[in-house]
Amino acid sequence: MKTLNQEQAKKITDRVLSLSKADECTVQIEGSRVGNVRFARNSVSTAGLTEDMQLVVRVAFGKRSGTAMVNEFDDKSLEKAVRRAEELARLAPENPEFMPAIAKQEYRATKTFVPATASIDPDFRAQVAATSIELARKNKLVTAGYFVDSTRFSTIANSNGVFGHQDFTDLSFTLTARTEDGRGSGWVTRSAVDAARFDAREASEVAIEKALRSVEARALEPGRYTVILEPAATSEILGNMFSSFDARSADEGRSFLSKAGGKNRLGDKLFDSQVNIWADPWDKDVPVAPWDNESLLARERTQLVKDGRIASLDYSRYWAQKTGKQATAGHGNMIMAGGTKSLEELIAGTKKGIVVTRTWYIRMVDPQSLLLTGLTRDGTFYVENGKIKYPLKNFRFNESPVTILNNIDELGKPQIIGGDEVPFQMVLPPMKVRDFNFTSLSDAV
Amino acid sequence: MERRKFLQIGAGTAGAMLIPVFGNAIAAEDLLKPMAASAKKVLADTAMGAATQAGASYCDVRIGRYLNQFIITRDLNVESINNTESSGVGIRVIADGAYGFASTNSMTPDGIAQAARQAVAIAKANAKLQTEPVRLAPVKGVGEVAWATPIVKDWRTLPVKEKADMLIAANKAGLDAGANFMTASLFQINQQKYFASTDGSYIDQDIHRLWAPINATAVDQKTGKFRSRGGLGAPASMGYEYFDAKAADKVRAAGGVTTLYTRSYDIVEDARLAGKQAREKLTAKSVEPGKYDLVLSPEHLFLTIHENVGHPTELDRVLGYEANYAGTSFAGLDKWQTKKFKYGAERVNFVADRTTPGSLGLIGYDDEGVPAKKWDIIRDGILVNYQATRDQAHIIGEKESHGCSYADSWSTVQFQRMPNVSLEPGKARLTPDEMVQDVKKGIYILGRGSYSIDQQRYNFQFGGTLYYEIKNGKITGPLEDVAYQANTQEFWNACSAICDERDWRMGGSFFDGKGQPSQVSAVSHGSSTTRFNGINVINTARKIG
Repeated sequence: MKTLNQEQAKKITDRVLSLSKADECTVQIEGSRVGNVRFARNSVSTAGLTEDMQLVVRVAFGKRSGTAMVNEFDDKSLEKAVRRAEELARLAPENPEFMPAIAKQEYRATKTFVPATASIDPDFRAQVAATSIELARKNKLVTAGYFVDSTRFSTIANSNGVFGHQDFTDLSFTLTARTEDGRGSGWVTRSAVDAARFDAREASEVAIEKALRSVEARALEPGRYTVILEPAATSEILGNMFSSFDARSADEGRSFLSKAGGKNRLGDKLFDSQVNIWADPWDKDVPVAPWDNESLLARERTQLVKDGRIASLDYSRYWAQKTGKQATAGHGNMIMAGGTKSLEELIAGTKKGIVVTRTWYIRMVDPQSLLLTGLTRDGTFYVENGKIKYPLKNFRFNESPVTILNNIDELGKPQIIGGDEVPFQMVLPPMKVRDFNFTSLSDAV
Repeated sequence: MERRKFLQIGAGTAGAMLIPVFGNAIAAEDLLKPMAASAKKVLADTAMGAATQAGASYCDVRIGRYLNQFIITRDLNVESINNTESSGVGIRVIADGAYGFASTNSMTPDGIAQAARQAVAIAKANAKLQTEPVRLAPVKGVGEVAWATPIVKDWRTLPVKEKADMLIAANKAGLDAGANFMTASLFQINQQKYFASTDGSYIDQDIHRLWAPINATAVDQKTGKFRSRGGLGAPASMGYEYFDAKAADKVRAAGGVTTLYTRSYDIVEDARLAGKQAREKLTAKSVEPGKYDLVLSPEHLFLTIHENVGHPTELDRVLGYEANYAGTSFAGLDKWQTKKFKYGAERVNFVADRTTPGSLGLIGYDDEGVPAKKWDIIRDGILVNYQATRDQAHIIGEKESHGCSYADSWSTVQFQRMPNVSLEPGKARLTPDEMVQDVKKGIYILGRGSYSIDQQRYNFQFGGTLYYEIKNGKITGPLEDVAYQANTQEFWNACSAICDERDWRMGGSFFDGKGQPSQVSAVSHGSSTTRFNGINVINTARKIG
């Protein structure tokens, strides 16, 4: 792999900073090795390995800035990148909202690298695919799945003395198992920093069981139901809301956190008292870099929702300066408190309800209320007197995460969950929620 | 599927340092100097030689150089200007009946040969889990050829300031007309793609695309309400001349409610109208839910076509290759085999076409070296064909590929992607104004909005940008909080009228996502204004807290 240790990376960032003639200079180096295997119809369809390393240089003359990126690291290329960024900065119009490079920061390292994950090789990946395919064949199912692992590093520096270097590993696995006649479908997702926390067989069995249980699905009239939402079913829905805590949008009147009259909802109780949500770069399950790549500010543990109240808003450096607040680093993870019960225990305590495995194609319908639409997929079941009675046809829903978090009956034990279209690593509990709004039926399996 | 994350790249680059999807910075001095085709041929021959020697029965090589420039503005400020470049080689082989793929940015003969051998090794490893060997439809080698998007003005040669000034002028027009906030962005893409294969093709292509999305937001501080109106211009595969707006390319919407655009785009005018209409939306009547006849403008209908017809007729979905991610399709092989599956009303005809001028899917050859072509997908309402690549053609009894193979980078493997899929215009003369005259209770919808459809492309809910109530043949005023829900097959069978070719124009999806790892492609969908009778409309207004 094309990788640099801290010393090697610092030599390059020092060299780049020394080459710059601009008022300020910021440097970033990122390198990665990403391996994957993709399979469908019980056969591997593609497999690949991508290695890359990039140098990013951003400079500014006054309020004019320019950014250049190269993936060559000889002296000539380093100089070319600096000159290119400087040329762009001279061409760029002044940005009245430009913020100068940040002062030196203290970055407390997070545990984002595990050697076991970094040592994943093509045989490991092939074995993941083989495990899923063999288990599916035994059950007369057809699988489609994807396993991807990455080993990365990131280095940042600027002309004010900022420097940070960090290594990362992660893996992600998704599997869909379908019956041969297409009448049943089950799905599972797993993600981890540490390969030791991933078990392809355990994960595959979840998707297989759901597929086998989901045939002969019955139609239930759309309407408001008590639902038991697995973490994968809420990750994209809540992720939409987590991305909407921007103070500027709230202050400017174009956010669900805006109030009539030009104020925001900081401190308001918008959710059930059980709701507590925070970001923490040092979380043991979803550690992330101790800085964010946009501002280079050091991340801190930040409470977003405390006992159902909006506890903080996100301030960009510009908006913080304008409003006299503290700027916040962009968050890399989101953690929501839960209870101690497993999903099965939540089901066991439910008189009538619907279990949702996964939600799909979630889109904003009304940003004013954060109303989202989407569908259930790959395992929707009816629960009666604490037991799954039968599979259900899929539903479309129109619902706001604000309403969902207001209607919580019970929270289960939180789990690690990656978001497909959400820029956060997450830990979310399964939730039992009343009056969830299903608006129509889908014939899709 | 429209992938939100790729749009966020555009919206979120202000101050952001890395743009991982789009690669490295353009060195201006090298911008207009592509590598000579003869040099690329030498590299391609090296790769094919190494692959063949290692045991490949087939090899194709894609040498790519991707140049992009993105300009992001907000109100009267330029937030960021990013120039990116990415170059490298992707090598796909078949060995022991299985695919293997490897890519490298090392453009040396040694680096390329090593990647070719790695691709063969991966293919051989995959062969152990392969249920049946890959079977490629024949493609006749075309020798050494070149193809380029027809452009008049090359964005790479124009001053950044000129382009930024255009976006700022648009924002100013929107603010002056009533918006409280404006954004305007400009995405410019140049793909220099060289394809070579052991079939005997050496194809050099130079592809250009651009898109300038805008958004106006109006806020009523008193009530706390806010509403937005996006742009009505389409992305296009053209040069920068697209922004030299011509009066002849402007279209009056039904009832004169707004101005629409065809072969060129007046971004400043559209932004002005966006500002005005965003403010009007604050006081528009909230829709009464119920059944309506919908009159859908092409600027709206393109995305409905994309989701309802483009995606379900992708053969890889039909076969299950996207089952874990983008989904499968209700339009299964069994339905196609009957030759009677009534996808839509008899007047509904869909054509796949990679040759339409100005369309985002316009190319000379696909990423398997197959020449661009045009074919029927739905004829007289019946499903007659799919979109296929070389390894899929035999499954649907075709002797050659449809040319639907695409990879979004030299570093990603090519797979089946959508061509332009368009609705043919109606055969009888009909204008949008005449269409509205026949509607008793209806809604006229323009522009893209919230789009969601299930994984088999059946149940959908779509919204738009602008909605106008139609009562007894007349447009009576703006509506808000509108979304329509239906099932794809029922919806297209409810198609009651299509305006003629005078009204035909394209919309486009610039960042359409699919595959694992996810790749983006760009595609256009043309139509005339079209009416659908008796569609279920819901009211989307909600209150929280």
